Amino acid sequence: MTATVETATGQRRLTTAKAISEGIAQEMRVNPDVFVMGEDVGPYGGIFGSTGGLIDEFGPKRIIDTPISETGFIGAGIGAATEGMRPIVELMFVDFFGVAMDQIYNHMAKIHFESGGNVKVPMVLMTAVGGGYSDAAQHSQCLWATFAHMPGLKVVAPSNPHDAKGLMIAAIRDDNPVLFMFHKGVMGLPWMAKNPRSIGPVPEEAYEVPIGKAAVPHPGTDVTVVSVSMSVQHCLDVAESLEGKVSVEVLDLRTIAPLDREAILASVSKTGRLVIVDEDYRSFGLSGEVVATITDHDPRLLKVPVQRVAYPDVPVPYARGLEYAALPTRDKIEAAIMQAMKG
Amino acid sequence: MRIRTYEATIQQHYHADKKPAWDIGAGLIPGEMHLAAGQEPVAVGLCANLRDDDAITAPHRPHHLALAKGVDMQAMTAEIYGRTTGLGKGRGGHMHLFDPSQHFSCSGIIAEGMPVAVGQAMAFRHKGLDSVAVGVAGEGAANQGAFYEAMNLASIWSLPVVFIVEDNDWAISVPRDSATPVKDGSVRASAFGMPGERVEGNDVERIYEACKRAVERARGGGGPTLLEVHTVRLWGHFEGDAQAYRGEELAEKQQQDPIALYEARLRADGLLDDAAVAEIAATAQAEVDAAIAFALASPEPSPADLLQYVYA
Ligand SMILES: Cc1ncc(C[n+]2csc(CCOP(=O)(O)OP(=O)(O)O)c2C)c(N)n1
Repeated sequence: MTATVETATGQRRLTTAKAISEGIAQEMRVNPDVFVMGEDVGPYGGIFGSTGGLIDEFGPKRIIDTPISETGFIGAGIGAATEGMRPIVELMFVDFFGVAMDQIYNHMAKIHFESGGNVKVPMVLMTAVGGGYSDAAQHSQCLWATFAHMPGLKVVAPSNPHDAKGLMIAAIRDDNPVLFMFHKGVMGLPWMAKNPRSIGPVPEEAYEVPIGKAAVPHPGTDVTVVSVSMSVQHCLDVAESLEGKVSVEVLDLRTIAPLDREAILASVSKTGRLVIVDEDYRSFGLSGEVVATITDHDPRLLKVPVQRVAYPDVPVPYARGLEYAALPTRDKIEAAIMQAMKG
Repeated sequence: MRIRTYEATIQQHYHADKKPAWDIGAGLIPGEMHLAAGQEPVAVGLCANLRDDDAITAPHRPHHLALAKGVDMQAMTAEIYGRTTGLGKGRGGHMHLFDPSQHFSCSGIIAEGMPVAVGQAMAFRHKGLDSVAVGVAGEGAANQGAFYEAMNLASIWSLPVVFIVEDNDWAISVPRDSATPVKDGSVRASAFGMPGERVEGNDVERIYEACKRAVERARGGGGPTLLEVHTVRLWGHFEGDAQAYRGEELAEKQQQDPIALYEARLRADGLLDDAAVAEIAATAQAEVDAAIAFALASPEPSPADLLQYVYA
C-alpha cells in the first residue's frame, strides 16, 4: 500500500485524456511492438481523447482505425499479443463488451492459464465507463466487477491524470491482459462538466503506478471511505469539506483486480468504520467484495455496520433526475459518512 | 419535410441551453443526439410500404424511421425530454425508443437490432400473420458479426425480413471505403442465398420501388432481401461533432440535400408551388412545436420511482 498520494515531480498540469495519450506515446517510442487499434482512434483521436494526436506521430500503421467489428479486432489484438506484440485495443464504451465477450472472457482471460503459462497475452483493453450526462442504459455503465469477476484479467480504473498515465504505462508493460477503464468524467473533456481534479500535475518522464496498489489521497482516522475512479473525486470533495468535523480516510483503489486487500484492512483496522462508494451496480460486485475482505479476515474490525453508496440494481435511466437519484453523489456520500459516525 | 423539421427543431432546442460552455449533459435534452438529416428518403421510401403491424428495428439514429413508421411524435418527443409521458416514461432516451403499437424499437448497440428483426419475423410466421420485420443499420454496422448471423438465420428459415443498410459514407470519423472492402455492399446477400440490391442517388422514389419489391417478397413468403441504400449524412455523427475529418466533402454534401432536390424536381414537374411548400412547412412546424410543448408540459419522473420497471 502506498501511504499517501505520490508526490508529483512536475508542476505541469494535464487532463487525464492527455496523460493517457502521453503515456501511450512514450511507450510506443521505446517499444516498436506497441500499437493501438479501435474505432475512431486515428484522426478523431478517440471519442474521449485517449488517443489524441497519436496518429500524427505514429501514422496509420500503428494507430489503426477499425471497422465496427469488436469481436474481430479484440480477437485480433489477442492474436497479435500471443505473437509478441503489445496491442492497446480500445472498446469505445464498455457497454459494447457484449458483442465481443467471448474473446474477452474465454480467450483473452484464459489463454495463459490454459497453456500452462506457456502463452502470454500482454494486451491492454482500454475502454470508457460511467455516466452522469444522460447517455442512458447502453452507454453509461461501469461494469468493472463484470470483468474483475473473471480470473486472469487485471482491471484498473484511475481517478486522476497522474495515476492514469502511470497505470497505462504499467498496463502496457504488464504481461497479462489489463482492462484499462477510464471514466468519461475524469478525462477533463472540454464538452462535459468536470471536477477540477480531472486536470492535474503529471510528470514528464515515463513512470509506472503499480497495478494492484491502492493509494490514500486523503488520510484520516475516523472513517475509511473506499472508492475507485470518478467517485474518488467526489469522496475527496466530501472529505475536504468535512475537515475539522470528521477525519475521513479516502482510499483510492486504483486497481479493482487484483484488489489491494491489505490496504483496505490496514485502513479499517485503524478507523473501524467503512463506507464504500462505487458507481458500479450494488449487488454481486465490488462493494460486496470489499466487505467480504473485512469479514473474511475479522468482522470485529468493524465498530458499526458498513455503508454502501453503490449504484442501485437498476439499468441507468435516461432522465436526469432519475439518473442522479441513482448515482453516488456527494450528498449521498456525506450522509453515509455521517451515518457511519453515529455508531 | 416533416422529419427534417423535426430534426432541425430538436437540433435548435438541443443546443439552446448548452451555452456558453457546451456541456453534453446540460439542458432540457441532455446526452448524445444523433440526427438523421439527409437520410429522410430511406425512412419515407421504406415506410410507405409498411403497415402498422410490420416491425422495424432501428439503430442509434432512429428519429426519421420512427416518424415515418407512425410512432407518435408527442410520446417520442416526451421521451427525448425525459418525461413520464414519453414512450419509455423517461427511462430510455433518444437511442432507446420502443413503441409496441407500431412494432418499433431501436438500440444504441450497433447491428444488434438485426437478430431481433429475425425473431420478430419468427413470431409473425408462428402466429400466421403476413407482417414483415425490417432491420435497419448503418454501413458501419454492416461490418458487425450479428448482421451476418441474422442474415444467415433469416435465409435458412426463409423468414419475412428486409435488411436495410443506410450507407451514409461515414461511421463517425471512419470513411466507408476504409472499413468495407466492396463498393456495393449488397453483393454480400449472395453469400446467404438471398437477393441483394444497392440503390444509388438517395432518391425517395427509387428507394420506394426497391423497398416495395423487398417487402412484397417477404410478405408473400419469398424470404429475406438485403438492400443497401446510398444516402447522405448532412450533419455531424452526433450533435457537437466538429467533423474536421470530413474536409471539403462536408460542403459538397450540403449540395445534395435530398429535400431541396426533391422539392426542386416536384416544382419543375409542376406538382409543387410556393403556396404548397409554405403550407407543408407550416404544418410540419406546428406539429413539431406542439410535440415539444406537450413534452415540456409533461412531468419529469419522480426519483422515488427509480426502481420501477426493472422486472415485469
Ligand atoms: C457494438 C457497438 N460498437 C460501437 C458503437 C459506437 N458507435 C455508435 S454509432 C457508430 C458509427 C455507426 O456508423 P454507421 O453504422 O455507418 O451508422 P451512422 O452513424 O453512419 O448512421 C459507432 C462506432 C456502438 N454503438 N455499438
